[in-house]
Amino acid sequence: MKFDKPAGKNPTDQMKVIGKPLDRIDGPLKTTGTAKYAYEYNEPNKGHAYGYIVGAAIGKGRIDSINQYAAKRAPGVLAIVTYENAGPLQKGMFYVDRLLAGPEIDHYHQAVAVIVAETFEQARSAAALLKVNYTRLKGSFDFKALKDSSITPKRGAYGPAPQSEVGNFKGAFDTADVKLDQTYTTPDQSHAMMEPHATIARWDGDKLTCWCSIQQLNWGVRDLANVLGIPKENVRLISRFIGGGFGGKGTVLSDIVAASLGARAAGRPVKIALQRPLIFNNTTHRPATIQRIRIGTKKDGTITAIGHESWSGNLPGGMSESATAPTSSLYAGANRMLHLRQAVLDLGEGNAMRAPGEASGMMALEIAMDEMAEKLKMDPVAFRILNDTQVDPAENKRRFSTRLLAKCLSEGAEKFNWNRRPDSVGTMKEGKWLIGMGVASAVRGAPITKSAARVRLNKDGIVTVETDMTDLGTGSYTIIGQTAAEMMGVGIEKVIVKIGDSSFPESSGSGGQWGAASSTSGVYAACIKLREAVARSLGFDPEKTEFSDGKVHSGSRSFVLRAAVKTEEIVAEDEMTYGELSKQYAQDTFGAHFVEVGVNVYTCEIRVRRMLAVCHAGRILNPKSARSQVIGAMTMGVGAALMEDLVVDKNRGFFVNHDLAGYEVPVHADIPYQEVIMLDDVDPTMSPMKAKGIGELGLVGVAAAIANAVYNATGVRVREYPITIDKLLGKIKIDA
Amino acid sequence: MKSFTYERVHTPAEAAAAAARMPGSKFLAGGTNLLDLMKLQIETPVHLIDIGKLELNKIEHTLTGGLRIGALLSNTDLAADLSVRRDYQILARALLAGASGQLRNKATTAGNLLQRTRCPYFYDTNQPCNKRVPGSGCAAITGFSRQLAVIGSSNACIATHPSDMAVAMMALDAVIETINPKGKVRLIPIADFYRLPGKTPHIETVLEKNELITSVVLPPPSGGMHFYHKVRDRSSYAFALVSVGAILHKDGSGQIAVGGVAAKPWRNKSIEKVVPLGAKAFTEKLFAKARPTQENAFKIQLVERALEGILKEGRS
Repeated sequence: MKFDKPAGKNPTDQMKVIGKPLDRIDGPLKTTGTAKYAYEYNEPNKGHAYGYIVGAAIGKGRIDSINQYAAKRAPGVLAIVTYENAGPLQKGMFYVDRLLAGPEIDHYHQAVAVIVAETFEQARSAAALLKVNYTRLKGSFDFKALKDSSITPKRGAYGPAPQSEVGNFKGAFDTADVKLDQTYTTPDQSHAMMEPHATIARWDGDKLTCWCSIQQLNWGVRDLANVLGIPKENVRLISRFIGGGFGGKGTVLSDIVAASLGARAAGRPVKIALQRPLIFNNTTHRPATIQRIRIGTKKDGTITAIGHESWSGNLPGGMSESATAPTSSLYAGANRMLHLRQAVLDLGEGNAMRAPGEASGMMALEIAMDEMAEKLKMDPVAFRILNDTQVDPAENKRRFSTRLLAKCLSEGAEKFNWNRRPDSVGTMKEGKWLIGMGVASAVRGAPITKSAARVRLNKDGIVTVETDMTDLGTGSYTIIGQTAAEMMGVGIEKVIVKIGDSSFPESSGSGGQWGAASSTSGVYAACIKLREAVARSLGFDPEKTEFSDGKVHSGSRSFVLRAAVKTEEIVAEDEMTYGELSKQYAQDTFGAHFVEVGVNVYTCEIRVRRMLAVCHAGRILNPKSARSQVIGAMTMGVGAALMEDLVVDKNRGFFVNHDLAGYEVPVHADIPYQEVIMLDDVDPTMSPMKAKGIGELGLVGVAAAIANAVYNATGVRVREYPITIDKLLGKIKIDA
Repeated sequence: MKSFTYERVHTPAEAAAAAARMPGSKFLAGGTNLLDLMKLQIETPVHLIDIGKLELNKIEHTLTGGLRIGALLSNTDLAADLSVRRDYQILARALLAGASGQLRNKATTAGNLLQRTRCPYFYDTNQPCNKRVPGSGCAAITGFSRQLAVIGSSNACIATHPSDMAVAMMALDAVIETINPKGKVRLIPIADFYRLPGKTPHIETVLEKNELITSVVLPPPSGGMHFYHKVRDRSSYAFALVSVGAILHKDGSGQIAVGGVAAKPWRNKSIEKVVPLGAKAFTEKLFAKARPTQENAFKIQLVERALEGILKEGRS
C-alpha cells in the first residue's frame, strides 16, 4: 500500500482500541521475569559456550604480538579468536568502527580478542591471561584542542545539510537591535541502557542465527552479512525483547560479531554479554559538542537573524552530531545560518543516542533563547510564542503539517503556574533552597519509513501479527496489537503479536522516533488486505464492509469474524510505503518543558522539584505507554542537565568513568513528580494511523529547561553541561 | 576472577589462625566490595576465609556507657539500632547516606571500614595504579581527578576513602578492636587506623598481616547536635564529593570529620576550638596543607559551605 495523499476517515478513527491507555500486553511477562532477553535463550542453544571480549588496553596504536600460550591452556578454553585467525572482516553500513581490532587499534576497548570457554568464569579468567603487546601511538583525544582542525563533513544519511544559509545572516545579525553571541558545550554521553549488548550465536552449517539485542533487525541482517562476508539469506536475527537501547543498539556491534566468530571457531553456540565496563568505550556514545549560537532581534523581540554552528568529533568517517537540526525550523527569522564541523578523534564511535542532533542542539539553543528573552526583558514563554511560525522558515512555502508549539507553551505555562516564576533571578527562597523555574521548547522530526507486516486470522477468530519490529521497552507490542484489534474489529485479547524476528516481514525497526508510526502503518496495510480477504470470503463487497465488536457487517448482514475462515487460516501481508507528503509538508513533533528546581544556597546541590511536558505528536496510540516514554525521556533529560558526562582522559585516550558507578544517571531520588499533557490531535499527512513518534520528543529541551531554572533560581548562567555543583560554587552568596 | 580455595571459620581466633596458615588469603564478610574486586582481578586472594558465621554481629553497651559494635553487624542493622539512632545519630545518618538498601543489608561494620577506593584508575586494570600494582605509577594525578583527594595525598596516590560510616566513626572517636593469629587483642583509635598513601598507597591501614577486626567501640554518648551532610552530584547512590559529619555542642565546640577529601576520614582535633569562629576559619585551618588538583580544588570550598549550612542549622 502506498500512502501518497493525506488520510481520510478510516477504521483507525473508531478509536475503540487505539488511543486507549491499555496496559502493555507483554507486561505480565516483564513483571514475572519470564520475558526472555537475548542472553536467556538457552533452550535452543543446548551445549552453548561462553564468550568474553578482551578490549584494547590503549587508546591508539597497534598490536605487535598476541601471546595466547597461557590463555589457550587455561581450564575450559575452547577457542580464541583474534584478527590473526578471524578471517577477513568488513564493516557494516551504519557504524564505521571496526568491530574487531588488529593490527591497528582505533580506540580504547576496541575488541582485540574473544575467548570462548565452557563457563563464563573460565572465559573471563582466561581473558586475563591473554598477553597482548602494543605499540602506543599518539592519538587525538582532546576535542576542544582539536576544534580548529574541524572540517565541514559530508552530508550523512540521517542528518541535515551540514551547511546552509537563508537570506543574509551576517548582514542581518550585524544590524540587529538586540544580539546574543554565546558558546555552549555538551559532553560525551553514554546510553547506559539496563540490558548490556548481548548475543547468542548459533551456526547450522552456513546458516547463522543470533539471539541478540538490536533495534533495527533489517540493518542488523544487512550489516552482519556484510561484516562476515556471508549472504543475507543465511542470517536470522531474533530480538524479542530489548532491555533499553536509546540508539545504542541500532545494529551490529562487537558482541554479535564476536559471538558469531566464537561460535564458528568453537563449533558450538556461543553467548556473550558485553561486560558493563567495556560498553562505554567499546560501543557508541553521543558525541560532545561545542556550539556557537547567534540570535539577532528587533526591539520587539522578532528574530531577524539566527545562526547555529556546532563542532563535534568522531572516528574518521563517523556521522556528525547534527546539533543544528532544530534551529533550521523551530523559530521564524528571515536570515539563517547553520554550520556543522567535525574533528577526527581516536575515541569510541560517536553515533545516535535518543534524539541525535536535536537533544544536543536544544541543550544550547534553548539556553540561548532564555538569555535572549532576558536581554529583551520579555517573558521566555512569550518570546518563543512571538517567534513561532506555521511555515518552515528555511523553505518558505512549505507548511508544517501540524504545529501546536505555541499551544504547548501557553497551555503548559498555565498548568505549571508559570506566572509565579520570579522575574528577577535569585529572589525566590524556601529555607536554604533557592527556587527557580525554567522553560524550553521541544522539537523533534517525525520521520516515517516503509514497514511490512503479515496478519493471520484463524478459525478461533484469533488475529496474529508478524513483523520484525522491535520493542525496547517502548510499548511496540501493545500498539501493534491495538492497531490489529482496531482494524479487525476485535478486542486486544484476540490479538497475538509476534515481533523481533528477521524471518518476519521487514519493518521500520526502532530508531529515530519512527518506530511507532511506521510499524503500525505496516500493520494497517496488512490488515486492509486481511479485511478484503475476509469480506470476499463472506461474500461481501470489501468497500462496504465494516469490522466492529468481533463481527463483520455489510448492509443488514453480519457474521462473527471467525466465520470467514473456511480452512485453516486467512493470511495477508503488505507493506506501507510513502509518496511525497513528507516533502510537501514539514513534519515534526513539538512540545514544551517546564521545570522547577531548588538549589541549596550553601552547597549548590540542585534538586528538580517539578516537571511538566506538553507534547504535540499526532494521534497518541496508547496514552499510557506514550506517557511512559515521555517521563523516561524527561528523566534522561535530568541526567543530561545535571550529571551525565563521559570524561575523557586526554593523556591516555579513553572515557575514564566507564561503569555505572562512575557514569551517573538519575536515581529515583532525583526525579520528582512528572506530569505529561498530550495535546489531542491527529496528523493525516503522516500515514493512515495519523500518528507520530514521541519517545525522543520527551527528551528534547529538558536539559535546557533545567539550566534555565537554575539560572532563574541563582542568577548563575552555566553554559557547559552538566550543571554540577563546582560550576555554581562561589557564585552564590549565602545571604542571597 | 582467579581460582581460589574457601573455608568457613567459627571463631575469631580460628579466623586469624587460618589466615596465618594460608599466605595470600583474605577474610570474606559481606563481600560487597571484595567479590567485585576479585571479578576484576584487582584483588586476587588464593584463599577466602569466610567469617560470616562468627558471633560478631551483636551490638552491646559497654561498662563505661559506650557501645560495642560487632564487626559483622550489617550496616542496615547498625543504622536501625535504637541506641545508635538516639545517641549516635551522626552514625545512623552516615550509614543511611551510603550505598543502597540492598548493599547495606550485606555490608558489615568492619568491611565498611576496609572498603577500598573508588578511584576509576584503580578499577581499570589497563591503567597504572600504585595502589593496585605498587610501583606502576598513578594515572589519576594527571588524569580525571574531580572525585579524588585534596589533602594527605602523595605523588604516588590521590585516592580517597569512600566510606561514609568511617567519617562518623572518626567524629565519634571510635576504637577498633582486633585479634591477631596469636590471639592477642589490640585496640586502635580510629584516628590511628588509616595510613596516608606516602610511597606505599597499597598499605591502607595499620592492621598487621592476618589481624582481624572483631568490633568497633564507641565512647559514651557525647550529646550535642548531630549532622551528616553528604554532597554529591545526584541525590542518592553515589560516593561523596565531600561529606561533613559534625557534632556540635552547646558551648560552641564541635567534633568535625570530613569525607571524600583524603585517603581517610579527615579530622584535626587540635583546630576544633576554632569552630565558633565559623566555617571559613575552620576550613582554612583544616585544609592548610591541602594539595588539590585543578579539577578538585572546589572540594575545599564545598566543605566550607556544607559546614556553614550545618553551623547555621546548629545555631538556629
